Amino acid sequence: MPRSVWMLLKQSAIVFQKDLHLEFRTRYALNAIAMFAIITLTAVGFSIGPTRLSAVVQAPLLWIVLYFSAISGLSHVFIREEEQQTADTLRLALEPNAIYIGKWFFNVVLLFGLEIIIIPLFFIMMNARAESLEIFFPVVIIGSLGLVSVASFIAAIISLASTRGALFAVLAFPIALPILIAAIHGTRLAFEGAPFSDCLNDLKSLFSFTVIIITVSLLLFEFVWRK
Amino acid sequence: MKLVARDIEKKFNRRRVLTRINFELEGAASLVITGINGAGKTTLIKILSGLLSPTSGEVSYYLDNTAIPREQVYRHIGLVGPYLQLYRDLTAWENLAFFAKARTGGVDRQRILALLERFGLKGRQMDPLKSYSSGMLQRVKYVMALYDQPRVLFLDEPTSNLDEAGKQLVYEVVQAQKRDHIVIIATNEPEEIRLAEKRVDVA
Repeated sequence: MPRSVWMLLKQSAIVFQKDLHLEFRTRYALNAIAMFAIITLTAVGFSIGPTRLSAVVQAPLLWIVLYFSAISGLSHVFIREEEQQTADTLRLALEPNAIYIGKWFFNVVLLFGLEIIIIPLFFIMMNARAESLEIFFPVVIIGSLGLVSVASFIAAIISLASTRGALFAVLAFPIALPILIAAIHGTRLAFEGAPFSDCLNDLKSLFSFTVIIITVSLLLFEFVWRK
Repeated sequence: MKLVARDIEKKFNRRRVLTRINFELEGAASLVITGINGAGKTTLIKILSGLLSPTSGEVSYYLDNTAIPREQVYRHIGLVGPYLQLYRDLTAWENLAFFAKARTGGVDRQRILALLERFGLKGRQMDPLKSYSSGMLQRVKYVMALYDQPRVLFLDEPTSNLDEAGKQLVYEVVQAQKRDHIVIIATNEPEEIRLAEKRVDVA
């Protein structure tokens, strides 16, 4: 591995550790995501009662919960730096891409950690069942990576704006739409118990779009981060 | 180390803040930036330290006659200013260890402890920064900025929030820095203006 890449990863790990440490102390994003997900799931769960919804409805419901949970919590990593005026201090300490990668990893860990709670809760509240786990897990994992990538990059852009909340939802949705469409279709196939070969196109779309977003983010982040 | 500022201009929308700022500093040098409130002292410090891009003009750093790429300049810079904040939910030690690791890859505990002692903070390093007074926070910023002995030290309102002992410490820091490296101060305080050999007025 070239020394520059090793240095970049080492610096990213330092940012990741700092954000994790700060999150464990304040539980800012953790609480925002968990509360949103639990309240939404509970409200929908009680409203449908014992009725078992079809896969066509369950799949979008799952991704609506995941998408809005991501929106409500994942932007904090950048917004907090600007609000607490620590962003300039960070700019003087680390390379821009190390900051982006570190924060991207933090968001990945945060969302995956919460999905361990949110997804089983979804299955319980919605009386749902994934018939094909070999489709469900790759779709959720790659789809979540895509959501994190979109949310992290848009958060970096909007953290410099004054109307952050509204801008985040407006900018993130159109960019996340291809991910949501492929993820919802893939999840529906998993709920219906389709064979793995049926979801290959969805997985390819999710994977390609996630790689594109990460690549574009790494190429553009320095311009976004430097004022 | 050599710092060259050439034709620096900065506009915020249509409002021009800085007009054709030019200077050159090399080796052991000191510069003071003066100007009335709102004249652009902080803007110039931010541009020189790479935190802000100029509308036109160029800031270049050279080490042994080789230009330092912009994305690497931060490694040679220390900055103390009112707009640079630390993580108030972390302790002073956690903050300093984070920035030490970020800038140098490791933590020299003895160096941090020595700086904490010099700035009168030893014994309080395990307290969260949210329990610190503004003067103590200013002292922590000095510990952070001086940790890896930067070749260029920027001080924006260097003695704000500091008591008399703190001010004397800052004057010592400036004297030590300008013996070997570059120090740039943004201030209007007569005593601080006298610390530097060169002067740029942004009024």
